[in-house]
Amino acid sequence: MSLKLGVPSKGRLMDKTFGWFEKRGITLSRSGSDREYAGKVEGIDGVSLILLSAGEIPRELAAGRIHLGVTGIDLVHEKLPRWEQQVEEISQLGFGKADLIIATPACWVDVDTLDDLDAAAAAFRKTHGHRLRIATKYHRLVREFLTDAGVADYTLVDSQGATEGTVMNETAEAIADITSTGETLRANHLKILTDGLILQSQATLWRSRVAKCDPETKATLNALLDRLR
Amino acid sequence: MPNRSQIQARAAMMRVRFEAAGAQIVDPPLLQPADTLLDLYGEDIRARAYVTSDALRGEQMLRPDFTLPVVQMHMSDGAEPARYTYSGEVFRRQEHDPDRSNEYIQVGYEVFDRNDPAGADAEVFSLFALQLRGLPLRAATGDIGILTAAVAGLKTTDRRKAALMRHLWRPRRFRVLLDRFAGRKPGPEGRDSLLDAENPLDTDIPMIGKRRASEIEARIAALREDRDTPPISDNELVGLETLLNVRETMPFALEQLRDVAVDLPQITPALDRLEARIASLQARGVDVEGLDFEAAYGRTSMEYYDGFVFGFYAEGRPDLPPIATGGRYDALTRQLGNGAEIPAVGGVIRPDLMLEIEEDTR
Repeated sequence: MSLKLGVPSKGRLMDKTFGWFEKRGITLSRSGSDREYAGKVEGIDGVSLILLSAGEIPRELAAGRIHLGVTGIDLVHEKLPRWEQQVEEISQLGFGKADLIIATPACWVDVDTLDDLDAAAAAFRKTHGHRLRIATKYHRLVREFLTDAGVADYTLVDSQGATEGTVMNETAEAIADITSTGETLRANHLKILTDGLILQSQATLWRSRVAKCDPETKATLNALLDRLR
Repeated sequence: MPNRSQIQARAAMMRVRFEAAGAQIVDPPLLQPADTLLDLYGEDIRARAYVTSDALRGEQMLRPDFTLPVVQMHMSDGAEPARYTYSGEVFRRQEHDPDRSNEYIQVGYEVFDRNDPAGADAEVFSLFALQLRGLPLRAATGDIGILTAAVAGLKTTDRRKAALMRHLWRPRRFRVLLDRFAGRKPGPEGRDSLLDAENPLDTDIPMIGKRRASEIEARIAALREDRDTPPISDNELVGLETLLNVRETMPFALEQLRDVAVDLPQITPALDRLEARIASLQARGVDVEGLDFEAAYGRTSMEYYDGFVFGFYAEGRPDLPPIATGGRYDALTRQLGNGAEIPAVGGVIRPDLMLEIEEDTR
């Protein structure tokens, strides 16, 4: 049995993860062509590389199908209720930094805080006959954040991409999404609420608390973690 | 742990007792339209109820409670007065505590009666106490109507009162609003310059979204009005704080609340109703001298209740949810009644927890 390491299968996240491991003497690479999702590990024995979509890594960790995985804090917190029980944070990797925030149209000069958003939502519902729509793909995190803040009269609408455009298209009045530079928000005439930071995320290495380990895998895991921490 | 057939047998027995008290058996569907529930509870309900859907009917929820369908059923074709009983599964999503059930049986009793609300409150409470007799339980009671009356009678603008009323069930947000209306908390940075500006909307930011300029202007006008409104007086604030901290046995609680009514005279009619309820409970043989009353009870968990509220808790088992809960929900009948309304009170018992406690004590 080998130790299974899950890594995002494409893009900058994959490249930077490979780079992070390289600095620690472990070379990860794709075997064969660019389109093949199998990988190769050099510099340590007994580790196999599994290339996966970053969004699936939390689920694979929680199911114990991989022992270690690299994915964002946002995805782990969103997809795994009681995540502390299922995974352990080994190391934040220092890239893929993004904030999950709530943003409203910049033209809402009367709305700066969650308090304002709540008041605007109450009036909006009265005027339009439906609750103020917030577009997001982070349903659980956003709902818990807004419940905790005591915001009412909103509804979450699902948006899996191009979330910043929903306001202009009038399919939502506000959004909750990740942003790193705020560039896309500004380009879409949106602004962040001053107390609208839900979560600060970055690429992180996680260990599954439920994945089965025989003594040999356990030894590989300890040897690998010694070099990574 | 009690098994399913034991739980069902206990539920059936309790329903028979409610029937003997004059209730008619009802059996609402397991699938409820999601719209009504979402309108009532807001997005929070999604964290507590299972949502499913089909292309034809759209989103449906697995029945998270019985009260709502029973009220809807009564408001559309119920006779008056009416008493209903039911027994069946309810479903609750559990995302934080794996020890809490996500499916369990509730047995309930609901009274729709215009005459003698105090008597109906006492009827429900004493029937529940009878069903639960012999178990080591602590009863808690409260009355949301007293807090509602206190807020409705504050000497301030309707807008402020409506804002407080909207967040009555969210104590933290309520506190924030109260602090702001009392002038204890400044507005966000830059708010004054916005309100002082002659044309706050005269910017080069493009107007986007469904919330129009007129709505933004209306809110700015409301914020300006609020800035010019004098703060809620210290007397009223102290009165509200004292009220929320009242926690005593029923007769002493009433006495303390009568003192609060010196500063908040608007709660007097609600206190008269509490007094009548105490008398009705006593007439039904309830030991009111030993019955706890907390003015803030039910504020966080019982959103549609607007008067008398009660719950029964297992002594020595703080890990268990309440064994029984209930209360008065006059406003809910108004909300779901399309113009009609009727005073209503009721509650539910969990036979599974009763059996678990009985096993503990054995």
